[in-house]
Amino acid sequence: MNLTLKVWRQNGPADSGRMVTYQVTDVSPDMSFLEMLDVLNERLILEGDDPVAFDHDCREGICGMCGMVINGVAHGEQKATTTCQLHMRHFEDGATVTIEPWRAAPFPVVKDLVVDRGAFDRIIQAGGFISVPAGSAPDAHSVPVKKDDADAAFDAATCIGCGACVAACPNGSASLFTAAKITHLGLLPQGGPERDSRVVSMVEQMDAEGFGGCTNTGECTAVCPKGISLDVIAQMNRDYLKAAK
Amino acid sequence: MKYTIGEPIRDTKAPEGPIEDRWDKRRFSAKLVNPANKRKLTVIVVGTGLAGGSAAATLGELGYQVKSFCYQDSPRRAHSIAAQGGINAAKNYRGDGDSIYRLFYDTVKGGDFRARESNVYRLAQVSVNIIDQAVAQGVPFAREYGGLLDTRSFGGAQVSRTFYARGQTGQQLLLGAYQALERQIAAGTVEMHTRHEMLDVVVSGGRARGVIVRDLVSGEIETHLADAVVLATGGYGNVFFLSTNAKGCNTTAIWRAHRRGAYFGNPCYTQIHPTCIPVSGDYQSKLTLMSESLRNDGRVWVPLRKGDDRAPGDIPEDERDYYLERIYPAFGNLVPRDIASRAAKNVCDEGRGVGPGGLGVYLDFADAIARLGREAVEKKYGNLFEMYERITGEDPYTRPMRIYPAVHYTMGGLWVDYDLQSTVPGLFVIGEANFSDHGANRLGASALMQGLADGYFVLPTTVGDYLAGGPFGEVDQADVDEAIGQVNGKIGRLLSVNGTRTADSYHRELGKLMWDYCGMERTEESLRKALERIPELREEFWNNVKVPGDGEGLNQALERAGRVADFFDLAELMCLDALHRTESCGGHFRAESQTEDGEALRDDENFAYVAAWEYGPEGPVLHKERLEYEYVKMSQRSYK
Ligand SMILES: Cc1cc2nc3c(=O)[nH]c(=O)nc-3n(C[C@H](O)[C@H](O)[C@H](O)COP(=O)(O)OP(=O)(O)OC[C@H]3O[C@@H](n4cnc5c(N)ncnc54)[C@H](O)[C@@H]3O)c2cc1C
Ligand code: SF4
Ligand code: FES
Repeated sequence: MNLTLKVWRQNGPADSGRMVTYQVTDVSPDMSFLEMLDVLNERLILEGDDPVAFDHDCREGICGMCGMVINGVAHGEQKATTTCQLHMRHFEDGATVTIEPWRAAPFPVVKDLVVDRGAFDRIIQAGGFISVPAGSAPDAHSVPVKKDDADAAFDAATCIGCGACVAACPNGSASLFTAAKITHLGLLPQGGPERDSRVVSMVEQMDAEGFGGCTNTGECTAVCPKGISLDVIAQMNRDYLKAAK
Repeated sequence: MKYTIGEPIRDTKAPEGPIEDRWDKRRFSAKLVNPANKRKLTVIVVGTGLAGGSAAATLGELGYQVKSFCYQDSPRRAHSIAAQGGINAAKNYRGDGDSIYRLFYDTVKGGDFRARESNVYRLAQVSVNIIDQAVAQGVPFAREYGGLLDTRSFGGAQVSRTFYARGQTGQQLLLGAYQALERQIAAGTVEMHTRHEMLDVVVSGGRARGVIVRDLVSGEIETHLADAVVLATGGYGNVFFLSTNAKGCNTTAIWRAHRRGAYFGNPCYTQIHPTCIPVSGDYQSKLTLMSESLRNDGRVWVPLRKGDDRAPGDIPEDERDYYLERIYPAFGNLVPRDIASRAAKNVCDEGRGVGPGGLGVYLDFADAIARLGREAVEKKYGNLFEMYERITGEDPYTRPMRIYPAVHYTMGGLWVDYDLQSTVPGLFVIGEANFSDHGANRLGASALMQGLADGYFVLPTTVGDYLAGGPFGEVDQADVDEAIGQVNGKIGRLLSVNGTRTADSYHRELGKLMWDYCGMERTEESLRKALERIPELREEFWNNVKVPGDGEGLNQALERAGRVADFFDLAELMCLDALHRTESCGGHFRAESQTEDGEALRDDENFAYVAAWEYGPEGPVLHKERLEYEYVKMSQRSYK
């Protein structure tokens, strides 16, 4: 199939950026979206143009490195799918596809579709851990964990840190990401001792990075490739109210 | 390619005495660094996967000044994140007869008697602490209703010792290490450099004293000096272009270290995983693994007749060949990875493969669905089935999956001693980047174990012992300048060729060549062909590659070209190693050396050694480290 791509090109943070149109032909429906961009880039290189910069690594939906806004939707319209796991069979022959980077002030554009998500690491630094130096742990069976809690903690822990939730949110909020970690660690007995301090520092860091507030629009969970539920945000708010008292 | 034989390696620094006491002995003999001095000592850790992430965090906790590097935008994205199946540990929580000794035994045997007993025993000992550490960090392992940890048996093991977190064990373990690392970054003990690629090691006064890195965003070449350097840069499976590795996985860091004097151990030992989604077209950029656990319930088959292109559902039972069950009645579909992979290749070579290009075999769940019900199958494998459908567009509930082997793991890597130190003093290598514990074949769920054993428990002790022998004096600026010169020279050369083919297109061609000639089955003829063709292709690459743009700023095409250049050199050494090892062992299958039933036939008399290759301007020099088996008797593997 043949497609018209409208791709955001921006040569560094200082550049104002623009949409550039490319035609791609002979796209196979079995290609992944990134493979389609690979083919475009190979051609651009040979034509002496600058290939489109985009982040990716595992290409199997788990590292969280890829991410583009495709036709206005973070990671594209396919539900629960990262950009790298999106396949061309979901597009119509002859369609026009717009491709843009995550847009949020705390995620400045590095180049083209590549953004800086360092703010997420700093939110984790603020308390997204359990303080247990190597070698100091008791036997793993010394503290049983209720299966329901372990399962719920796991669900929250599957967040891949891609940032789609921020890109989709009209307020540019990082609540889903932050709350997923708070919920994961807070539900486990091991995370109990730091539960209060964790939620307070992580929420403060989230605000300090310039992410917006949550107004419950639910856009985040709709695009989240791991289906992180809004429940985690409710949990974070409860924990925060309790801890900040 | 010519090589010479050098001095054998006689001492790996493993303590003597009963095997169960060796690690204790080493820990006790290791010199300690005074806590006040630790703050003044800098350790560089390149890589933030399970090995590097856990090492950097732990060294930070101990009070060293750590500098950590990765090429991704966050340490959490290292390819360890993609591991699905699980992690082994000899906890014996099931009381099913597991023990440290049994895990040790299984790993030595699984490695086809090409790993060191002392190292493997230590790995099995430390495995127990890893689970404790991970649970305390909040890794949400699967649990049973009583609240205790669940385990499963994996990769043909007869005990249930694999701990798991659904199909995302690597992700959860890595996030544990990543969070510990971020905690140390916040505490100021670790300085993190993301989007930085290491391009050379600084060796000065005979010791590793730093690294040269490129800031991938600004393009700047930077020097970082230290008292010791740790490489934790993962495996080199991407030399085959198509593999289950992430796109950025590379050999650059370890290859550059090799050129600076670190011996390369067993480069030809590659693991090919039997259950991956087959290639769908020539634009294919990577291959996706389907967890091995699928073989617990899926049945592998191909049509009995060559060129039978009927839909699988139209092929009657008696015209199907369930070849694993037929050839290996005892283990059936659960034979080890290397055996399952080769069997799939054989039936495809006979013209009985299915799907595009005839490069695939069926993995059929029809029986399992009939026996257990669709719901039960969905519960067990739902996420894998979904992933398969997403990629292929086919529904595995109604149509058998198509699978084919793919390159998955590299047992080879930089040679290290018992202390995980390479032949360059002060240069330590951990995780998949070293060669140490898996011999010629790695068992499922033991790479995660090794990475974390190295990073949390082994390296922090042995690095301390090394550092206690310091201080090592000033670094000679001439050594730094020389390394920077090398790095700039290579980048300049790549940018100036301005030819007519992209780096990726060369990489694809090199990968195809390696897959055809140095892949699942190797022969003297195929390897000689590869050794003839690789230098020609490399020559062409250096004269005809086209790398756009310049060295300033983000240039992903330049990053790729640099990695491909190093893959060429590594590929040559891999083929040489494979050619010189005329026996078959584990994942290294030389067609000339097989039993009557077509199994890998070892030649213990001549090849019970580690091949440690030294880089030499006149060609590689082979140093042999003899392997002794005091505890596990060498025997021929049999899975019939
Ligand atoms: C799909 C898949 C599934 C797997 N499943 C399992 C499993 O179930 N159980 C199991 O035990 N094993 C499994 N394995 C194997 C296991 O995951 C790996 O061997 C292991 O995670 C490697 O960890 P590592 O820390 O050595 O390297 P990696 O996790 O690969 O980390 C490498 C690090 O080095 C950095 N790096 C690399 N090169 C450079 C450079 N030049 N400059 C700067 N930084 C650099 C990267 O940024 C990264 O941080 C699987 C592997 C794959 C591919
Ligand atoms: S919550 Fe979902 S969308 Fe947000 S970073 Fe995590 S995985 Fe991505
Ligand atoms: S590239 Fe890793 S999640 Fe898409």
